[in-house]
Amino acid sequence: MKNLVEIKNLTFKRGDRTIYHDISMSIPEGKTTAIMGPSGIGKTTMLRLIGGQLKPDSGDVLFAGKSIPGMNRAQLYACRRHMSMLFQSGALFTEMSVFDNVAFPLREHSHLSEDVIRTIVLLKLQAVGLRGAEKLLPSELSGGMARRAALARAIALDPRLIMYDEPFAGQDPISMGVLVKLIKDLNDALNLTSIVVTHDVTEVLTIADYIYIIAEKQVIGEGTPEQIKNSDSALVQQFLRGDADGPVPFHYPVDDISSALLGS
Amino acid sequence: MNSRKMEIAVGLFVSLAVAAFLMLALKVADQGMQGSGETYELFAKFDNIGGLKARSAVKVGGVIIGRVDSISLDKDDFTPVVKLVVSQEYGDFPDTSSVSILTSGLLGEQYVGFQPGFSFDGVDTLKPGDFIEDTKSALVLEDLIGQFLFSRNDE
Amino acid sequence: MEFFARTGRNTIDGITRIGRASVMFWGAIVARPRPMKSIPLTIKQMYVVGVQSLLIILVSGLFIGMVMGLQGYTVLVNYGAEESLGPMVALSLLRELGPVVTALLFAGRAGSALTAEIGLMKATEQLSSLEMMAVDPLRQVIAPRLWAGILTMPMLALIFSAIGILGGHLVGVDWLGVDAGSYWSIMQSAVDLNEDIMNGVIKSVVFAIVVTWIAVFNGYDSIPTSEGISKATTQTVVHSSLAVLGLDFVLTAVMFGTE
Repeated sequence: MKNLVEIKNLTFKRGDRTIYHDISMSIPEGKTTAIMGPSGIGKTTMLRLIGGQLKPDSGDVLFAGKSIPGMNRAQLYACRRHMSMLFQSGALFTEMSVFDNVAFPLREHSHLSEDVIRTIVLLKLQAVGLRGAEKLLPSELSGGMARRAALARAIALDPRLIMYDEPFAGQDPISMGVLVKLIKDLNDALNLTSIVVTHDVTEVLTIADYIYIIAEKQVIGEGTPEQIKNSDSALVQQFLRGDADGPVPFHYPVDDISSALLGS
Repeated sequence: MNSRKMEIAVGLFVSLAVAAFLMLALKVADQGMQGSGETYELFAKFDNIGGLKARSAVKVGGVIIGRVDSISLDKDDFTPVVKLVVSQEYGDFPDTSSVSILTSGLLGEQYVGFQPGFSFDGVDTLKPGDFIEDTKSALVLEDLIGQFLFSRNDE
Repeated sequence: MEFFARTGRNTIDGITRIGRASVMFWGAIVARPRPMKSIPLTIKQMYVVGVQSLLIILVSGLFIGMVMGLQGYTVLVNYGAEESLGPMVALSLLRELGPVVTALLFAGRAGSALTAEIGLMKATEQLSSLEMMAVDPLRQVIAPRLWAGILTMPMLALIFSAIGILGGHLVGVDWLGVDAGSYWSIMQSAVDLNEDIMNGVIKSVVFAIVVTWIAVFNGYDSIPTSEGISKATTQTVVHSSLAVLGLDFVLTAVMFGTE
């Protein structure tokens, strides 16, 4: 099986803080890969590294065999036409209608006529169930609808890779179910490669083909959903079950409370 | 707001700005008269130019016929030389004409008053580059007061 | 010691900010222009920053002209020189108040809105998402706003001066009885197209570049949180007002100082 994205011995620092240390992952083509981990460990950063918005301090990111950090601007922009990203907030352009939002990448990058663009946009909106909402402005959409509209925009140019940044965060159960179904269907129907960054365990176990769990700047567990469920790593099990205390401590690093309150 | 309405609004806005500029240029700065058309130069020497400045008006009986182009000092006799630029349409002044430096109102701007002389046979007309011989200097308030006090002392 | 350390840190911060601002300006305006796509976007922004600022410019211009008519008249009438009201109103507006007050109002009305809008686009990941769609946000978002500000502010300043002169006329001539003929004619002999009007326009163009640049950069460089955006918006108004007033002195000294 070919890997569409490969991350090789990547180290990334933000200021003095190391986000990733010597991390390696591979994303197989045509599959849904989930990247999981506690909040605040830079899962979104990983997507930005793949998208070339950030450059690693060392190591390499390969997209279809080509090194993203080594590209110049024009090559990077050409490469980005084959990938798209669904941002946490949706990132719809606030001043445009849903239709224009979905049409935007087509108008920018294709030389199709307005008629053809209209057909494509309506098909994409139909796929996410928002064809009736084409005239609405993003401010008139609910959070779940905004994410679906953004998804329609993300697939407008039929990318090879689609990256989902926390697609389920803050969604009610119904919207969550809709999004899970959409991600699954799109992946099967369009033969997309998907990377889902999330910390919603149950949803991910149903859609992912392969899972990476990241914590402490490292991959702490990987495998198919079955392998992950049966993992013997204490950290992985804590994450899956959502235990309050464990290898990831409940307390932010601090000295012992008795010595702090009673004096040493 | 669709883009058509927006374009119209921006178009109106730009027209308004152009109208404002035209109003300023024509009505406020009065570019209509000057700058257009041919001009010729005349020179005049004064003992004292007072507050005359470059771009001050040159008037005949209140009608503006030109402007002061530049003011310099003659290196030989140390008197100010004023270069006047006069519109071509007011030509053929006799060379008996005189110029004086006058003030519009009590505190107003100073300008060059041009007094055309009588023309009769044997009198040449002023040609471009000529010096006007008959000049009256600006009235300087301090001098006037000095003269006034001096004449009172005589009494 | 702490004082020197802070001064040093602030200096370095300031210089790096100017550097980032220059990179942004270069990337947006100078590098890789693409007129076919930029012109419609710029027209849209001209609507937002220009047409929507028109009302405040008209109202303030009119009132400032009227106040100058009133104040000028009460001073000048003591010297019997109320005929000079025309040049007083016109020259103050064309040389100073038109460009300066327009720039200050523009900073408050359009500049702060630009900063907040771009800051919000950053906070809601719209700028990132443009980048991921292989569209350069500098060209798509920043350049049209810069152009729109630079083009519209001088126009607003001209409109401001024109309406102000009419306001002065309204008070001076129509209400206080200065002779209409002398209001205009003395104004005409005192005002010069190049010396006064064009210098005012040049001033206004300089202010336009500085204010729009500050506004757009503060949004683009803001920390994408609600405090970050509100701080950036305040900074836009403060920095651009100070820059306008400081630059105005320099420009006035250069243009009118050596007469």
